[in-house]
Amino acid sequence: MKRIPTGSQTIGPFFREALKRPAWSDLTRDGARGEIVRIDGAVFDGDGNPVPDALIEIWQAGPDGRYAHPDDLGPVPSDRLFRGFGRACTDLEGRFWFRTVVPGAVEGPDGVRHAPHVNVNVFARGLLRQLVTRIYFSDRAEQNARDPVLASIADEAARKTLIAEKIAPQGGFVSYRFDIVLQGAGETAFFAI
Amino acid sequence: MIARPAPYARHREGTQPPYDYPAYTSTIKRHPLREPIPLAHTLSEITGPTFEDLWCGPNATDITRVNGREAMGQRIIVSGRVLDEDGRPVRGTLVELWQANAAGRYHHDGDQHDAPLDPNFTGAGQVVTDEEGRWRFLTIRPGAYPWRNTYNAWRPAHIHFSVFGPSFATRLITQMYFPGDPLLETDPVFHSIPDAEARGRLVSRYDANLSEAEYALGYSWDIVLRGRDETPAESR
Repeated sequence: MKRIPTGSQTIGPFFREALKRPAWSDLTRDGARGEIVRIDGAVFDGDGNPVPDALIEIWQAGPDGRYAHPDDLGPVPSDRLFRGFGRACTDLEGRFWFRTVVPGAVEGPDGVRHAPHVNVNVFARGLLRQLVTRIYFSDRAEQNARDPVLASIADEAARKTLIAEKIAPQGGFVSYRFDIVLQGAGETAFFAI
Repeated sequence: MIARPAPYARHREGTQPPYDYPAYTSTIKRHPLREPIPLAHTLSEITGPTFEDLWCGPNATDITRVNGREAMGQRIIVSGRVLDEDGRPVRGTLVELWQANAAGRYHHDGDQHDAPLDPNFTGAGQVVTDEEGRWRFLTIRPGAYPWRNTYNAWRPAHIHFSVFGPSFATRLITQMYFPGDPLLETDPVFHSIPDAEARGRLVSRYDANLSEAEYALGYSWDIVLRGRDETPAESR
């Protein structure tokens, strides 16, 4: 007899003091191989207003395409300093940022290599359960064009919401912009996993 | 090609809340209008951060005092296990908790409820589960608090829990409630879980065996994360 999985409930508005870990915005804080990049973004609601009470978590492979996890059965990740996990709370303007490395291509279940991507969980007041999305990178157009997950999204406008745009360098780092729109015009493509 | 660990089971109907749930008014401008796109699990979803080596910081399981000074309110012990659907313990995973104080006020700038703050209570704790998936906190029973969802609405007493589990797909943030709380009857957040049995699993159980004589009341509550999909690949 299987147990019933615990139901999700909203993170609510008052998580910040407990869950904030400013150091976790920087996935390279223990050192990392590969080029360090910045991802900057903001979260918006259905009226276009910033969402100042969201928690963004990211999970990604290292530059060699390996996840720091026992279920990644490939060779041990070459970069043991890179854990691949980040967390950021949005500020009053709904903004968040991460410093990380662009992940390598990850092998899919069918052996096809997926384009470099970062997995994202979005929690906020007003979300009874998290929203799941992915960040792809605009300067990896060739890999993106062959990616089976991107290809599965028929609507081009929706597909484009997953591509972080390369922007002018911030603080000397190659930088990308990735906004998250919860609802309406420009609504981010979210996944059911 | 390398053999792949199995994907995680999809959630059963009714066990998880919808995004669009107008009774909880904050969902109105924050739920996506498009249905989320079904995504077959890849390595990206079946892996996730691990915490066995406590890189996330030391356990903080007694949150009833600050600098040795005791918080006000009823001391409680809240304890349970993190399990998967098949009852297997989820070991070495991070459990974070946060809650209002005994007066129903959060240690947070945004909480303007006119109730006293307690300088000896921040309401935040964390623990990495042991080999049996166990966790245990000594805390203060949180108070109910008013919110502006509807006129004169009060949230039932609850403790927020954040749990990772073994993968990105098992990540869960939820709330634990207390048995016999009359506010549960009308709380839209609680009632957003459609299935009554699944909803009931959010309510902890008074546990006399967990209580400590002349010290604290015990409440038991297990957190169950989705398990692996056992459907053979060819019929998936």
